[in-house]
Amino acid sequence: MSLIYPKQSLEAYPKHLSPGYKSTLKRSPSKPLMIVPHTLSELTGPVYGHDAIQEDDNDLTKQHKGEPLGERIIVHGHVLDEDKRPVPNALVELWQANACGRYVHNVDQHPAPLDPNFTGAGRTVTDDKGHYKFITVKPGAYPWGNHHNAWRPNHIHFSVFGHSFLSRLVTQMYFPGDYLFPFDPIFNSVTDDKARQRMISTFDLENTVPDWALAFRFDIVLRGREATPLDNDEH
Amino acid sequence: MSEITPSQTVGPFFAYGLTPKGRCEWDPNGSYSWKNTVESNLVTPDASGARIRIEGTVFDGDGKPINDCMIEIWQADSQGRYASPRDNRALPNSQFKGFGRSATDKAGVFAFDTIKPGAVPGPGGKPQAPHIVFCIFSRGMLRQVYTRLYFADEAANATDPILTIVPADRRDTLLAHKQAGTEPALYRFDIRVQGGNETVFFDI
Ligand SMILES: [Fe+3]
Repeated sequence: MSLIYPKQSLEAYPKHLSPGYKSTLKRSPSKPLMIVPHTLSELTGPVYGHDAIQEDDNDLTKQHKGEPLGERIIVHGHVLDEDKRPVPNALVELWQANACGRYVHNVDQHPAPLDPNFTGAGRTVTDDKGHYKFITVKPGAYPWGNHHNAWRPNHIHFSVFGHSFLSRLVTQMYFPGDYLFPFDPIFNSVTDDKARQRMISTFDLENTVPDWALAFRFDIVLRGREATPLDNDEH
Repeated sequence: MSEITPSQTVGPFFAYGLTPKGRCEWDPNGSYSWKNTVESNLVTPDASGARIRIEGTVFDGDGKPINDCMIEIWQADSQGRYASPRDNRALPNSQFKGFGRSATDKAGVFAFDTIKPGAVPGPGGKPQAPHIVFCIFSRGMLRQVYTRLYFADEAANATDPILTIVPADRRDTLLAHKQAGTEPALYRFDIRVQGGNETVFFDI
């Protein structure tokens, strides 16, 4: 399989400098990035098989003696490339706040309770069809210091490996219909409306488990499309 | 228009999820035992070549250390082979992955223990000097930035197809310097995400 990585694919990404999100002011490159060819070093990337993880790593409700508080949810979807072909064996990692909007990280001092039965980290590897699945609880919204009365919409952080270092993606999954969307500079750093919608999961009634958990679907499309024969001389 | 999922910042709290046994301090709050899949020590029993350690500080535009940064590296083995199905010279069953991840600590410092990579084929069959691809994530970065580490003491740098197109006055930002009297060799590689001596980042 040979993939190419068109630069235009990145047009939907936020700009490095996005002044509404204040931390970008001192943490974005000020000089233009240098355009360089893709070599073997960029076109390759780590591949993790199913032996890299443990069976229950994808169930965030099973990591402690008791069950965490909050709405139990199933989060699942497919990892795909730009041609909508499944990406199997992709390592998918996630982390999130608990149902009260508090992260277990000791830098988070938001005055909301920690849950002794919830850490908030999980990982899995996609199957042959590129499918992944997590069981967790819905994270709460939380305040942050970006501006007066700033609150993050409910979100789950995702980290995904495709088949090359160029398709490496760290993103956030949001929930449908969040009233905080218009006020969040991180969500709105993606300026194209259609691209922004791709970060919002959809409520998935079909995969809801009666009397047990609601389901949300979040498909993740990574950079990279099938190479035409002309591009095969790339490596 | 492409339909890829946009990037978002890794935020300040990734460490307990992405580097659970990393350098960053966080409250583990529990007993779940993670298998160490991705870490800052890349050395495996089957890895041949010279052991090295890479250490550096990440600085923001004010010259202040960034203490919530995540660095990922990707490199070839000592023979210049990538452990990837796309490198047709890859060794089957290689334990050495060539991938590492380190969170910066309170002082903004990251560190990797690895082996020195060999020369890698480049465009048009021209070899590339030994180098390591760096990918930098942090709070305040809505998307990752890419750079490369080259070894200052490598003669092959003079003909490297990527390094030679970097303006001469900025090339030094990509060079890791060996610290005198260290064994295994310690290379220092600081990253400045913005400002006067800003690290060269690549648009790939
Ligand atoms: Fe968050």
